Amino acid sequence: MNATIFNNGPKTQTKNKIHPQKFALWIACASIVMMFVGFTSAFVVRRAAGNWLEFDLPNLFFWNAGLIVATSLVLHFSKVAFRNGDFTKYKSLLVAGSLMGVAFVVLQYEAWMVMTNNGIYMTGNPAGSFVYVISGVHAAHVLGGLVALTAALVHAFSLKNFVTPQRIHRLDLTVTYWHFVGVLWLYLIFFLVLNS
Amino acid sequence: MATITTTKISETDLLIEEYGYDDHFHEHHDDDKFQSSFITTYIFSQDHKMIAKQFLITGMFWGVMGAMMSLVFRMQLGFPEESMLWLKPVLGKWITVADGIGTLAPEFYYALVTIHGTVIVFFVLTAGLSGTFSNLLIPLQVGARDMASPLLNMLSYWFFFLAGAIMFASLFLSTGPFSGGWTAYPPLSALEQASAGSGAGMTMWTISLVFFVVSVLLGGINYVTTVLNLRTKGMTMWRLPLTIWAFFITAILGILSFPVLVSAFFLLMCDRALQTSFFLSEIFIGGQALEHVGGSPILYQHLFWFLGHPEVYIIILPAMGIVSEVLSVHARKPIFGYRAMVYSILAIAFLSFIVWAHHMFMSGVNPFISNFFVIFTLIIAVPSAVKVFNWIATLYGGNIRFNAASLFSIGFVSMFISGGLTGIFLGNSAIDIQMHDTYFVVAHFHIVMGVAAFFGMFAGVYHWFPKMYARFMNETLGRIHFWGTLIGAYAVFWPMHYLGMAGVPRRYYSFDTFENFSHFANINKFITIAAVVVFALQVLFIINFFYSIFKGKKVTSRNPWGANTLEWTTPIEAGHGNWPGKIPAVQRWAYDYGKDGKEFIPQIVPLADGEKDNGDH
Ligand code: HEM
Ligand SMILES: [Cu+2]
Repeated sequence: MNATIFNNGPKTQTKNKIHPQKFALWIACASIVMMFVGFTSAFVVRRAAGNWLEFDLPNLFFWNAGLIVATSLVLHFSKVAFRNGDFTKYKSLLVAGSLMGVAFVVLQYEAWMVMTNNGIYMTGNPAGSFVYVISGVHAAHVLGGLVALTAALVHAFSLKNFVTPQRIHRLDLTVTYWHFVGVLWLYLIFFLVLNS
Repeated sequence: MATITTTKISETDLLIEEYGYDDHFHEHHDDDKFQSSFITTYIFSQDHKMIAKQFLITGMFWGVMGAMMSLVFRMQLGFPEESMLWLKPVLGKWITVADGIGTLAPEFYYALVTIHGTVIVFFVLTAGLSGTFSNLLIPLQVGARDMASPLLNMLSYWFFFLAGAIMFASLFLSTGPFSGGWTAYPPLSALEQASAGSGAGMTMWTISLVFFVVSVLLGGINYVTTVLNLRTKGMTMWRLPLTIWAFFITAILGILSFPVLVSAFFLLMCDRALQTSFFLSEIFIGGQALEHVGGSPILYQHLFWFLGHPEVYIIILPAMGIVSEVLSVHARKPIFGYRAMVYSILAIAFLSFIVWAHHMFMSGVNPFISNFFVIFTLIIAVPSAVKVFNWIATLYGGNIRFNAASLFSIGFVSMFISGGLTGIFLGNSAIDIQMHDTYFVVAHFHIVMGVAAFFGMFAGVYHWFPKMYARFMNETLGRIHFWGTLIGAYAVFWPMHYLGMAGVPRRYYSFDTFENFSHFANINKFITIAAVVVFALQVLFIINFFYSIFKGKKVTSRNPWGANTLEWTTPIEAGHGNWPGKIPAVQRWAYDYGKDGKEFIPQIVPLADGEKDNGDH
């Protein structure tokens, strides 16, 4: 009567609603958010202390917000196309999304150039330094996303045209991370506008 | 639209489709790819049990390092007049010799204090404690084959290793390691000119800690994911042993607070390398005005303590979880107030995020704001007291088996009470005006965090050693270790309260110039001697540990302690995948001791007809 009852795996346990790796990705995103909470609250505290330089943010920052949202959409449709087995669409959208991602980083760099031309340097009043640091660390996370996209591109062009749950899952992780860095930039730009 | 072409679907694919993820739930075979060679078994292992041992032994290495450092600076404090010439072979140029008398270089004294604090807090009591036991116990006690991502888990250890290697290397710099205190406040940490260790020493210190944070995050992400996603059938959250609750909440605290430390370090690095002024305001050094303007050193303190306070709970919560489990098993009684224990962990975790400024009452923060922090700080005493009450109630009337594991758990409770009470003094900003940066604070946190967390760790090692190495540790040596350490630790830290109340400041190389404190010379001698004795007892523990790995009494039954949790249902030497066949399902909570006339009822035993599970109400 006291025999042990076993967990018989797939058939007897309720299906996981979310793949653990995807869940882990969300937690990783939460920790990245906390780092930016650190930066932005330091910004608020430091600003409240006075001796704070007010300046206009380069317009490129806002255009880039649009660009990164568009990148997210393109990558999303690439994923949908893959799921539906539409390989031409999947690959072309993936390439387009990756190029847009590269463009984002390049244009962020341009925005920093605009700032330096306006006399806002990394050194000097912390008001400027904060903008460089916040956008710079964000760009570093976008670069991480580009690495993931490169891996996705390699998969797309080196593997045969098959749809497997494993590949859907991988693509899903990459695209999810892109949505995250996009939303993160929206938050940051919104924050910077509110505080200047 | 093209048709979906699928070839022969791999096993992984099938599992993702049917089950939602690709853990291999079927039986494991011996020839698995993870453990095929010496290197993949012992070095780059992805098995959580092996990674746990790696964390433990690396943590022990750092424990010895940190303890030896403390002996050197205690020597200086206790016997300032004695020659330290005999240390010259080890410390080299840091012992300066004049007239045949060796003196410890003051810069190096500060470096020792700094590195002692850093490695004990981060490498021993964070990585060595939660790294070891979260790794060992989470998969075993929730009923999983391994962590959600064994690969990230392995990386977590190796990032920790790397952090340690860098910190170790910094000890050999010609300018010495960082010496500005474990909290690394600017300007000492921000300006290379500020002290010898502020240059290369600080650079390496920061890099080491950034790698350490990566390790904590990789580990934490795994722990949380495993607890939430990979519990076996029947293992509801309310059936989790308190160990798992503690590790789980600890991991969340780490994930939320360590990134903030990284942001502080990042700004600090900008100040150091790029001449920004986040933490540096108008400053003169060596009679020279620096370019920096408009920064705020207090800003760093806010960011640091936003991590720093949760960090102390990251250290103590796993110890609390271990103690709850060990006490219940060896008192042969259910843990008193299981739910209250869980809720108090949650309350402590939440409150730990809103009390950080109690470390800054004397840093010039607005006294009005301080009041909020006083109130929240004192409120933490409530859930802490709930836990203490429940441990004592668990012991009360129990049929206690006094062995090294349970003794250290009881010792933990004693230490936590003693140190917690002094926290309440310090939490009042008015009293803290007198106490801040004195030996009172040193006594407080060494007892409540240092010694208590070590006791929790020892309890865990003695209790789970049979699971780790299939042998027992020597019980007699264990008891000598316990009684000696208990008495010795109080002898070291209790007198420090008196020093602190008299105003003796911490982090001073010598008190020669303070006539007021000269009558403490004998107390300082006493403390140093006690510290040497306590250290010797830890050497005894280490000998016992390594001797027992090879020569200890063999474990002959699966469940030597008569415990309920799942790890004791695995084979005595559990292989990769933990259970050779299927994973057992869970039928009840973890604390059915002395129920219905049975001494203990393991979690895998089904509920009898009409029996109510104490876990789910
Ligand atoms: C009843 C609960 C507690 C209260 C009210 C409390 C309060 C305080 C206060 C106000 C300070 C700052 C003292 C000063 O620098 O002037 C302090 C320092 C400290 N506490 Fe506690 N504490 C409590 C429990 C704990 C626990 C459980 C731990 C660790 C497990 C801990 C670890 C520390 C550490 C490490 C420091 C000193 C850090 C440093 O300056 O180097 N405390 N505590
Ligand atoms: Cu604190």
